[in-house]
Formats: sequence, C-alpha cells, structure tokens
Amino acid sequence: MSTPNRDNDGNPLIERYTPNERSNHWITAICFVLLAVSGLALFHPAMAWMAVFLGGGQWTRILHPFIGLVMFVSFALLVLRFWRHNLIEKGDKQWLKQIDDVVNNREEKLPPVGHYNAGQKLLFWVLILCMLGLLLSGVVLWRAYFSFYFPIEIVRLAGLLHAFCAFVIICSIIVHIYAGIWVKGSIGAMVRGTVSYGWARKHHPRWFAEVVRKTRD
Amino acid sequence: MALQSLDIRRMSATTVQEPVARTPVTGTVAKLIDVSKCIGCKACQTACMEWNDLRDEVGETSGIYDNPRDLTDQSWTVMRFSEVEKNDGNLEWLIRKDGCMHCDDPGCLKACPSPGAIVQYTNGIVDFHQENCIGCGYCVAGCPFDVPRISKKDDRAYKCTLCSDRVAVGQEPACVKTCPTGAIVFGTKEDMKVHASERIEDLKSRGYANAGLYDPAGVGGTHVMYVLHHADQPGLYHGLKKNPSISPVVGLWKGLTKPLALAGIAVTALAGFFHYTRVGPNEVSKEEEAEALHEADSIRESEK
Repeated sequence: MSTPNRDNDGNPLIERYTPNERSNHWITAICFVLLAVSGLALFHPAMAWMAVFLGGGQWTRILHPFIGLVMFVSFALLVLRFWRHNLIEKGDKQWLKQIDDVVNNREEKLPPVGHYNAGQKLLFWVLILCMLGLLLSGVVLWRAYFSFYFPIEIVRLAGLLHAFCAFVIICSIIVHIYAGIWVKGSIGAMVRGTVSYGWARKHHPRWFAEVVRKTRD
Repeated sequence: MALQSLDIRRMSATTVQEPVARTPVTGTVAKLIDVSKCIGCKACQTACMEWNDLRDEVGETSGIYDNPRDLTDQSWTVMRFSEVEKNDGNLEWLIRKDGCMHCDDPGCLKACPSPGAIVQYTNGIVDFHQENCIGCGYCVAGCPFDVPRISKKDDRAYKCTLCSDRVAVGQEPACVKTCPTGAIVFGTKEDMKVHASERIEDLKSRGYANAGLYDPAGVGGTHVMYVLHHADQPGLYHGLKKNPSISPVVGLWKGLTKPLALAGIAVTALAGFFHYTRVGPNEVSKEEEAEALHEADSIRESEK
C-alpha cells in the first residue's frame, strides 16, 4: 500500500500528503536544488565550481531556465493544492509574536495550530512572491530567446531582481528544510505521506481534531 | 581571442589577486581615433574583417551610410555617420568609428559570471576568451557602450580585441595599420594623450573652440580614445555618452550584493545547525503519543 495506516509497531497513522501531493512536492524540490546550485554558480565566483552539477558553464546557461519553467509549473500546482490551508487565520499573528516559544520547543504555550502554522503560511506566500519574481525576471534574462525584446535597463533590473528573489527563496528553503529536520516526523510526512497521532496532535492540534472526527482508526 | 602571451591584470569571476610581478613600465596602450581626420572610407572595417577572419552577412541598404547597420558578432567595428545641422545653417558630417572602448574599469568583465571568459591584460586591452564564454549575455547588460554581441551560431560573446594578438607581438591593430589618413593611431596611452593634445590645439586654432579628448573618467578612462571637434557635445557623434559609467544597477547586482547574499545564506544554514545543537530537535514523546491516541478515542466516542 502506498500510504500505510499503521506503523511497524501497529500504531495508527494519519495521512498528511497523498502520493500525488508528495510527487508534486519532490519534483518542485529537485528542480529547486538544481536551480539553486546552478544559479549560485552564476552568482558568485566562489560558487562557480557548482556549474558541474548541470555539466559545466554552457550547460548551466542552457538548462537553468528550462528547469526554472518546470519548477514554476510544478510549484503552481502545489499552490492550487494547498492554498486553502494557507489562508491567514486568527491565531497566526499571535503564533508569530511568540516565535521565541516556537524556536525553544515550547509548543504548548502557542495558540492551537490548524493544518499549517503561521510560519509555514508565511513561507507559502513568500515562495509565491519569489517564484513570480524569478519567473518574470528570468524570462527577461533569458538571452537566447527573450532578452533582446527588452531595453537594456530592464535587463539590468531583471538581473538584480532575479538575484534578490533567489537569495530570499534560498534562505527560505534552508529554513524550510531545517524545520523538517528539527521537527521530527515531518520528513516522514512528505516521504511516506503519514504522521503519527502524537505528531498531529502536538504540532497541528486543530487539524488533528478535524481529521480524527472525519476518519475511523 | 584565444589565450596568448599577454599578462593578465583582471579576470572575470575571479576573486584572487592576479599575478602582478610583471607590469609594463611604459604603462598601458591606447588607440586614438581622431574623428576630425576621418573620411569615412571604412578601410578600418575591411582591415578588421580581413585580419580577424570575419565575414558578416551581406545586408540591405537602408538609405544611410552606416553599413552594416550595427555591430554584430561578425562586425566588430562600424562607422557611424551623423549629419548635424549647425546654427549657421551649415551641415557637419560627423563620422565616428564605433566599437569596444576597452574601458579601464570594464562593465562587461564586472558582470561576467564565467571565470576567465573576459580578461583585461596589463596593457589595458579587454578581451573575450570565447572558449570560456557560456553565452549568458551578462556582458551585454554590463557594458555602458552597448558593444558585446552574442553569436547565434555558437552562443558566445564577441567584440573588438584591439587586435590583442597583433599587439602581443609588437604590431599595431589592423585598423590602425590600414587607415589612409592617419586618423587612427596607436601607442602607449601616455603618448596618445600627448598626440591628442597637439591635435586639439590645432583644431582650436581652426575655430573648434570646444575640441577635446574623449577619455571618460566614469569608466576609469578608456584604451580607445577619440579626438572630438565638439568634445562638449559627444552626443552629436551617434549618441556617444557624455559621462558613461557602469550602471548602478549592475554595480549593485555585481558588487556588494554578491558577498552579502552569500554570507546571508551561510548564516541561515549555520543558524539551523547551531539551533539543533543548542535547543535540539522537537520530538513527540511516548506519553504524548499515548495521550493522542486516547484523545482520538474520546473525540470519536463523543461523535457517535
């Protein structure tokens, strides 16, 4: 079965992500990693060696924009799947105010979280802005097909905007990846699709109650 | 041009100090183009084609003398013809040989992300090494003079090399060699400035009060300089920029942003590592799992 409803010890599990959602996420993630390393290769001389990941400088220049398009489309599908869970709710502001409790593992002091916490929602919207910025500026920078349609000042601004959005998105994704490592059980949610009852109740109590009400063990 | 026996002062996408033990004691070189002596014969264009083995596609005439119409990957220099009507009703035909200015502070080199694709030799010549070029076109965005062109055939950038291969063996550039009126001369930058001042004096004595040298400071000076009869209005010469400089946007993009952003990324990653080693992971205990199962049961019970 693709999403087992029991772990090896026989404890029940809750499905958090369907196989399609997981594949969609990982296609986006793989694209992101390739884009980040190839983009950094073009960004700073200290990272120029990273051009090897796409097969050298020329291949980096050729492939980077195409992978970017795949990532944008894949991410857009993720947005369609998840936007409902990322609408800002009442407790979100309070959650962000108590960021000190968040980073010190004092979750019991936080307002009860639904499907996503305020940090995850913030990431969601920041990613949307960055992805749009990267797509628009990326098209302008795409020398082989588009750059010559734009005045030189716009191309220069696109270079700066692309670098800025890339910086924000790379830092955001580092935080995203770290959160997955830090909050144990999160990686399983996106790899196997399931979380334990305890995980759901501890990190997303309102979602836990909702799911439990709707499903049987 | 391909690698050759010239010492390198600056190299694109390289952060280390280039070897500086050998620096030319006579200073850098420069090509001086005396616009007032140019007759627009285009012999320099032909010599450039011949020496560099360039053959542009035959274009179409469009009613003006500029031919080809613009710089291309096969045309590294183009005569720009400007018809200027003077206040007294007379017409002035200003002809400027356009091409790479070989800036002392080259915007193309600053923008280039590919190590060693653009170099500046110790003699001041800025050269593209196509074997290292990746075709991204950042040099186009970096150039204040709109000079580099990307070939559609090989996706690599091309421009005037100032005949670095000829200069390397003690010869002058092909355009200089062929110019029939002596409008183009070549030598050390110092000598060219002296020569220019003599020419400017002569022009002033002939009524061109604003004659002067074009060696714009905004790009650190150039290794291709013009003697202009109207140095106060360089724009007359097919829009030659008065105060060219590397765009501040490019300066920001390729300047402080680079190390700061890299440091920001590194700090973000390190922050995660230190958080993990100081605060530790957020785990669900066995008790919490049991409580959750218990609570699930009671919720389901109450739903019945």
